[in-house]
Amino acid sequence: MIYREAGEFKSSYQADQAILTIRQDRWFIWGLMAFAFLVIPAISSEYWLTTIMLPFLILGLAALGLNILTGYAGQLSLGTGGFMATGAFAAYKLATAFPELNIVIVILASGLITSGVGILFGVPSLRIKGFYLAVATLASQFFLIWMFNKFGWFTNYSASGVISAPPMSVFNEILVTGPHATPVAKYLFVLTLVVLLTLVAKNLVRSNIGREWMAVRDMDIAAEIIGIPMLSTKLKAFAVSSFYCGVAGALWAFLHTGSVEPLAFDVNRSFQVLFMVIIGGLGSIMGAFLGAGFIVLLPILLTNAPHWFGLNIAVDTISHIEFMVFGILIIFFLIVEPHGLARLWQITKEKLRLWPFPY
Amino acid sequence: MFQRNIGDVILEVQGISLSFGAMRVLNNISFDIRQGEIRSIIGPNGAGKSSMLNVINGVYHPQEGTIIFQGERRAEMKVHEAAAQGIARTFQNIALFKGMSTLDNIMTGRNQMMKSNLLQQAIYWGKAQKEELKHRKVVEEIIDFLEIQAIRKTPVGRLPYGMQKRVELGRALAAEPEILLLDEPMAGMNVEEKEDMSRFVLDINDEFGTTIVLIEHDMGVVMDLSDRVVVLDYGVQLADGSPDEVRNNQAVIDAYLGVAH
Repeated sequence: MIYREAGEFKSSYQADQAILTIRQDRWFIWGLMAFAFLVIPAISSEYWLTTIMLPFLILGLAALGLNILTGYAGQLSLGTGGFMATGAFAAYKLATAFPELNIVIVILASGLITSGVGILFGVPSLRIKGFYLAVATLASQFFLIWMFNKFGWFTNYSASGVISAPPMSVFNEILVTGPHATPVAKYLFVLTLVVLLTLVAKNLVRSNIGREWMAVRDMDIAAEIIGIPMLSTKLKAFAVSSFYCGVAGALWAFLHTGSVEPLAFDVNRSFQVLFMVIIGGLGSIMGAFLGAGFIVLLPILLTNAPHWFGLNIAVDTISHIEFMVFGILIIFFLIVEPHGLARLWQITKEKLRLWPFPY
Repeated sequence: MFQRNIGDVILEVQGISLSFGAMRVLNNISFDIRQGEIRSIIGPNGAGKSSMLNVINGVYHPQEGTIIFQGERRAEMKVHEAAAQGIARTFQNIALFKGMSTLDNIMTGRNQMMKSNLLQQAIYWGKAQKEELKHRKVVEEIIDFLEIQAIRKTPVGRLPYGMQKRVELGRALAAEPEILLLDEPMAGMNVEEKEDMSRFVLDINDEFGTTIVLIEHDMGVVMDLSDRVVVLDYGVQLADGSPDEVRNNQAVIDAYLGVAH
């Protein structure tokens, strides 16, 4: 009754091609933006911003990158961690070699470098697909992490193999990296970047390239016969996806942890991001963030839940229970809705159009 | 019978032979296709009709023979290059992009004409947006033409079979092809759906002047629509001529009805 498109008339194709065509959706998104930019920094504690919101946003960005590759272009990848590491180390090398560079440029440039690496490891996708491609990208994961461990040049010959982000600022005054940066500044910086890159991703998937990706995903032979070149379309997907993963890796190293070793981006990270995409919903921009929210926020919720109810349980018991409940919930969601949380959200919206009437 | 507007030879197939290992699928096939005509390829199952389309389409590379397209001998090419030359097709088993809407499926048919680059599409401003609107307008005309306005935003995976066939025709049409290859567009349809589809095929041919190569098993449809018919059987060319000539050809009758021993 309340949420519906009836009575909203569009008189141009431009209006019909807008991202949000229903008025309530637009209100919702503007409200969400206002909440994220104004309310959260005002009410959140330092703990909330640094240990919950930052990893949520950054891993959401990585999941968005993987979703472009796997969900939209249909190329299964287990190399996300490796690409994030590439982004992190590229940002470190750039920031230490050219200290005068602006951090925005450093992060975007490290994304572009990761794009190049992604294209290189995307070449096998022309010949192999599905699980076999996943194994090939797994090789890139192991190779990249090995490379960053093996060659001291990447860490500027640091003895421990750990890289630390130098203090950097935006607009020449607001510190966003290093020990003296405030959590609010970090949070707003990451949020702005994530919002802009999400908009770019949305634009891409509703343009010609997005349709080409989905065509390759749904039926590659038909796509090729109607004139879509396989190799360049797949490589573009690898390039864009790796760009997002690279930016996420750079943000993780510079703004979230501050210092990082290659092991932070091992194969577990790849799996974590892949689970986000699967649970959130393949082929959905929103799904990437829903999945990231599920994977990042739920364990924290589970750890704290007994405490809120006044139950006094030993810490190790809690962590065991957390693993069990988390696993059960993953299985539960996959059985209830194999297409992920994004589909669940879509079904809710379809129900809401009719509510409170049954049909 | 309305006035047929048939021009010169647009595509000529000369002595095509295609084998997969020891399997000889096509054996010395030669025929031509004239601008603006409806050319049918018929034959029993396994005759090599779809393989012939795949050769014209550049998916299969024949071991022998040449294809002359628009007056030039065509070199061996990659699969995606056929579309750029103006050859579009539909498939025997529907090959739509199931996760996308009808609108997006038909829009992909116009991918050849989309010139904006990745960055322009990323900001969705200026050239990319203009292009998107321009092509949307053409696609809407095709949607009107095929009478599928109501399913514009529906994911094609949810559509019934007959509608999917129509969307696939729309996708091929969106490329504004010189030659349209239709591989059994009426398979599995009831009489009304066949009549609709026949009407669309005739209208496409008449209004846009598109040359059509049709594979179809329904002899009534083939004989009514076609200007000329090629008959294949086990990769051998049995006959080539007008529907009436083909209908009365003894070799064709034998192939379809069997020979008394």
